[in-house]
Amino acid sequence: MTTLAATGRIPLSVSRRFLAPATLLVLGLVDILVFGKYAHHGDATFAFSQPFAKVTVPNLKVPAAETAYALGAATIVLAALRVMDLGKVVRRLSIGLALAFFVIALLCWAYGGSVNSFNVINQFQGTLADSIPLILGALAGCLCERSGVINIAIEGQLLIGAFAGAIFASAFGVLWLGLIAGSLAGGLIGLLLGVFAITYLVDQIILGVVLNVFVSGLTGYLYDKVLIPYSNTLNSPSTYLPIKIPLLGDIPIIGPVFFDSTLFLYITYVLIVAVQVGLFSTRWGLRVRAVGEHPAAADTVGISVKLTRYRNVILAGLVAGIGGAFLTIGSVGSFGKDMSSGKGYIALAAMIFGRWTPLGGVGAALLFGFTFELQSILSTVNVPVPSDFLLMVPYVATIIAVAGLVGQVRAPAADGQPYITS
Amino acid sequence: MSDSAPAPAAPSAPAPTAADEHGRPPFGRAILDAVLEGNSVVVTILAIVTAIVLGGLLIAFTNSTVLHAWGNLFSSPGNAIAQAWDAASGAYVAIFEGAIFNPHTVAALFQQKSMSVALHDGTVSAVFNPLSETAVNATPLILAGLSVAVAFRAGLFNIGGQSQFIGGAMVATWLGFGVSLPPVIHVIVCVLGGFAGGAAMGMLVGLLKARTGAHEVIVTIMANYVMAYLLSYLLSKPSLLEKPGANGNLISPNIASDAHLPLLAGTHLRINAGFLLALACAAGVWWLMSRSTLGFEFRTVGANPNAARSAGMSVPRTWILVMLIAGGLAGLAASTVIQGTDFSLNFQSYGTYGIDAITVALLGRARPGGVVLAALLYGALHAGAPLMQASTQTPVDIVQVIQALIVMFVAAPPLIRALYRLRAARAGGTGQVLSKGWNA
Repeated sequence: MTTLAATGRIPLSVSRRFLAPATLLVLGLVDILVFGKYAHHGDATFAFSQPFAKVTVPNLKVPAAETAYALGAATIVLAALRVMDLGKVVRRLSIGLALAFFVIALLCWAYGGSVNSFNVINQFQGTLADSIPLILGALAGCLCERSGVINIAIEGQLLIGAFAGAIFASAFGVLWLGLIAGSLAGGLIGLLLGVFAITYLVDQIILGVVLNVFVSGLTGYLYDKVLIPYSNTLNSPSTYLPIKIPLLGDIPIIGPVFFDSTLFLYITYVLIVAVQVGLFSTRWGLRVRAVGEHPAAADTVGISVKLTRYRNVILAGLVAGIGGAFLTIGSVGSFGKDMSSGKGYIALAAMIFGRWTPLGGVGAALLFGFTFELQSILSTVNVPVPSDFLLMVPYVATIIAVAGLVGQVRAPAADGQPYITS
Repeated sequence: MSDSAPAPAAPSAPAPTAADEHGRPPFGRAILDAVLEGNSVVVTILAIVTAIVLGGLLIAFTNSTVLHAWGNLFSSPGNAIAQAWDAASGAYVAIFEGAIFNPHTVAALFQQKSMSVALHDGTVSAVFNPLSETAVNATPLILAGLSVAVAFRAGLFNIGGQSQFIGGAMVATWLGFGVSLPPVIHVIVCVLGGFAGGAAMGMLVGLLKARTGAHEVIVTIMANYVMAYLLSYLLSKPSLLEKPGANGNLISPNIASDAHLPLLAGTHLRINAGFLLALACAAGVWWLMSRSTLGFEFRTVGANPNAARSAGMSVPRTWILVMLIAGGLAGLAASTVIQGTDFSLNFQSYGTYGIDAITVALLGRARPGGVVLAALLYGALHAGAPLMQASTQTPVDIVQVIQALIVMFVAAPPLIRALYRLRAARAGGTGQVLSKGWNA
């Protein structure tokens, strides 16, 4: 209770109440004054099927400038609705719709009058692929933090998972060994996190940062020392190929996006369901959350706080390790120095953005994956959108989220506090 | 001197008690306790030793000669151990030679005809070059470490060294090439600009925390990436920070030569006024934290925000001020890099200073003196690493591993105590729990 006062949380002020509508208004004005006004004359084409698909969906052609104007106008209407404060549904919906309109308007501007078309299927396929490590990282974060241990080491767990995955898959020539090794390596970092955080009561934020430095140094060292000289045997794994699920994979639009991918995507589906159901609909999950919110109470009713935390921290490492293995054997194959390139921190951001819930984290991870994919597609068609700004989106969005501009974000009550019995 | 008790009438001979008039145990006893119980200095030294030993094992057992020798362990065990020792010690000796003193340079000195020749052709400088490099490497680490330390003492965790460094670097660089000023003034303006750029970034974090309760760790992590992308954007626009004709190399123009920090020991050595600036800042931070009212407020808020509030201090105002100062110090670190050694800004100028700063501050236990020592240690490791890689083929990343290990052990005194069979501290000890979590 006292800590709540110490954080200096202030009830929504008047200026804050108008911040969200003002943001919407700005988005709408950008739609109109930038994307609408500067769009080239002509149509923007959106393609909904890949070449050689069994069932093709016709392309959608829309007049670029007019569409941007219309979307901008709609966004301004949303801003007006938001001012009237019509309840939670409108609040949630308005931001989502405004962002979607913004992206479509942006694409109209980028592709207006162009011979190229924007392939929606590729965009979403890429989004899912980009999101896999983010989703698994966010799930790992949830598992860990719901039990009361802060996990900033997701970055390190991804990196070591990628490293171990590449080495084992390459050395033994067996892909699933790489997958398991990656997962176990992540779990090992989880164990290290547990030992230092739970047993030795080290500050968990410091610990996470330091573990990331440690893994980055260790993998970098071994990469130079071992992987480069023996790259043929140790760092040239094959990669998982896409598996198309019969029937489901042939559904137009949905099929290629959701049911025609590597094993990793299917593992991710399973883990999303498992973590969400596990944490919120089982006895185990209730106990985990009790430990994360009020360890003393949990201890009183006979739940072992330390055991629960250890189990969850290691479990989280195993999940993040799979995400790491995806980076090598699920996509590019060979390992590269610091190849997780901040994805672990984005996963952390996604978890926070998703308010420490698995599904929220998945949603945020997908949103962030979407912006990365959009950025990489737009950079290939040479559109004058500064890609640096698109890459900033996840981070800025998270700052906005924790600043409470889109509702309050709260961590589990005992998150980061070691449990000491005396 | 204690002034609580009335002066004893006849202080003839000191009573043979365990404590002197300050209530401290006698010196010998204090040393013994420190070693047996592991006070912070002993734990720190043991942590460093443990990390260096583990790093040595890593170096030894990734060396193919050593592994081969260990393959024949049972036929020639002596050779196996000797090979392992040679591999590890060779790497550390190379670091020492690159960071502190290299005997070969002295040998070269004696081959010169006279001292004046040696002074002119740089053989004298070569003797001092390792130390100069250590100081140069330590300079930004001291400043960035102070940044983290100041925030830490006020109960804030500044992971945003990188963003503040970039903020400072942008301003300092722009002032360096974009503005023409008289020589001395130019240097000062650029340094102040670096401070201001970092301070602005830091203040933003403090403001967000004070006004909305946004956790500074999350905000600073995110700000690091935002600033990194902003930097690469600015460096890609010729009208902003891009060097004319850089062709997408993401590098800024060189700053004017009158904006360079003056060299301290001749043109052969890179050591510059930035090192003095860093030491001055350490002294300034010591004064601020230990001797000023503001520092007292900082520490009070760090120790107990509620007590600070009850005492009439404004906690949000303190947060903003602390982050402003912390950010400014990180910005100064950027100034010393841009104006002292690099003279231009590129998209990776920020290096790993943000993270290194955290390890420096933790190893230095958030005290200015400790930060300087820790920064010198890490500066030495960084300065010696290139020579180690060149002469022993040990990748420089080992330094990062050792750095991380040191901090892990420093942060876990109970682990070090258990490893070395030290007694548990009697009262208080060093096992302070810093963790407060997201909600605090």
